[in-house]
Amino acid sequence: MNAAVRHEALTPGGEAFRARLRVRGLRKSAGGVLRISIDELGLAPGGVTMVLGANGAGKSLLLRLLHGLVLPDEGTIAAPPGVQSMVFQRPVLLRRSVFANLDFALKIAGIGRAERHRSVRELLSRHGFGDRAGQPARSLSGGEQQRLAMIRALSVSPAILFLDEPSASLDPAATSSIEALIRSAARQGTKVVMVTHDPGQARRLGDEVLLLHRGRIAEQGPAAEFFAGPVSGAGRAYLDGSLYLDP
Amino acid sequence: MQDFSQSFLSALWLILSGDGDLWAIVILSLQVSLGAVVIAAAIGMPLGAWLAVSRPPGRRAIITVLNALMGLPPVVVGLALYLLLSRAGPLGPLELLYTPTAMIAAQAVLVTPIIAALSRSALEGLWDEYAEQLTSLGQSRLGAIPTLIRDGRAALITAALAGFGRAIAEVGAVLIVGGNINHATRVMTTTIALETSKGNLDLALALGSVLILIALLVNVAVSIVGRDGASPSGPSASGTGPQMAGAR
Ligand SMILES: Nc1ncnc2c1ncn2[C@@H]1O[C@H](COP(=O)(O)OP(=O)(O)OP(=O)(O)O)[C@@H](O)[C@H]1O
Ligand SMILES: [Mg+2]
Repeated sequence: MNAAVRHEALTPGGEAFRARLRVRGLRKSAGGVLRISIDELGLAPGGVTMVLGANGAGKSLLLRLLHGLVLPDEGTIAAPPGVQSMVFQRPVLLRRSVFANLDFALKIAGIGRAERHRSVRELLSRHGFGDRAGQPARSLSGGEQQRLAMIRALSVSPAILFLDEPSASLDPAATSSIEALIRSAARQGTKVVMVTHDPGQARRLGDEVLLLHRGRIAEQGPAAEFFAGPVSGAGRAYLDGSLYLDP
Repeated sequence: MQDFSQSFLSALWLILSGDGDLWAIVILSLQVSLGAVVIAAAIGMPLGAWLAVSRPPGRRAIITVLNALMGLPPVVVGLALYLLLSRAGPLGPLELLYTPTAMIAAQAVLVTPIIAALSRSALEGLWDEYAEQLTSLGQSRLGAIPTLIRDGRAALITAALAGFGRAIAEVGAVLIVGGNINHATRVMTTTIALETSKGNLDLALALGSVLILIALLVNVAVSIVGRDGASPSGPSASGTGPQMAGAR
């Protein structure tokens, strides 16, 4: 299981000087098993990093560690300054109205009431929720909830956005609307770190690929190169569909 | 039998004619129990919320004690408060014994653990659901308490109603610290006990009917709140509705 870390040639959108998210000596055990073990990792400073890997590889746990929701047993994580947000594998909307869900995020971000209300209204109408502002957020369809969670995460203009399978279980139209949101966020300078099980999506959106296998980095590099010819055994197995957790 | 139906008719008449004594007793009962619930909620809800989100040492023990205190016998609470408030007691100089204030205090002691324990269990479920998202949005644990109280308000109202049901139906505590003084500290339950023992069934039956009506209304309120507050994935305080029978 050698980590085949390739050169870092990515500077999308002229973000060359943006600080990187860096990880050193990261270890995390859960349930008595070492679930994450990463000696050295630096993510491309802008654009979209796709985290790939089999079920149970540790992708969600890695995102939680990077986002600071879970404390590592060992190691350091240095993140560029700025707000981070995350959309979870199962999005959590508050038991409030559509409007109040966005308003809440902006309130915690410290934005004053008048400005908050203005931007929530603007966001809702821009994304087609204008007529449902007062509806309970939990009464939206699964796909709409996912999209609202995404809009909420983006509402605070995060420096880094973590997305854990944001379009799992969505239909093609909903998926492409989520992908449009991701693209526009990346264009505006948000660093996106995203888990997906969809190689097509990784190809469409990814600037960089990070392949996780049993909590370790099996391969990291530009997406185009990864899909053209992965250098690791795990990478090849992943692409031909034979990468499983068990040996 | 003749006596009985006679009593029922006079009881009905007492209620419908707006008998002054009867309604004074009902109103005092409501004031005392509502006062107690307000105080108990002010203490119990934040306490329950704090226990739901934080992990202080001895948390398990605190929760176990709270759950045990839910079944506190009212007479024991009355006795304890009596000892505190009686002339020789530490709080004797306040001269609160045999006043409605003492009765409110006694019921508040009785109801606080109920509201705290029910709030804790409801808000803990909500916290499980919200914790990561709220943390991700940048809210601290303690900062999350108002959020949980707001979004869990249906369960909290149910907890308060359960507490009210317990308070309005108990006899022992108010009897001991209130003294059942005519026109001063007589509430529905203590009056029913007294009048029944005196053989004055009219007033006892009338008050009993009003008490049952209130119990019914509280339960209706609980089920309405429970229905509105019910959400597909959420915790609810169902099965913890007020049990007025056995609230001795
Ligand atoms: N708090 C925890 N306690 C015990 N085990 C945990 C904990 N968190 C994660 N794990 C374990 O760590 C492993 C990685 O979990 P993780 O959710 O990160 O996988 P994943 O790569 O996101 O998988 P999937 O593609 O199915 O979402 C799993 O075996 C999981 O059971
Ligand atoms: Mg996962």
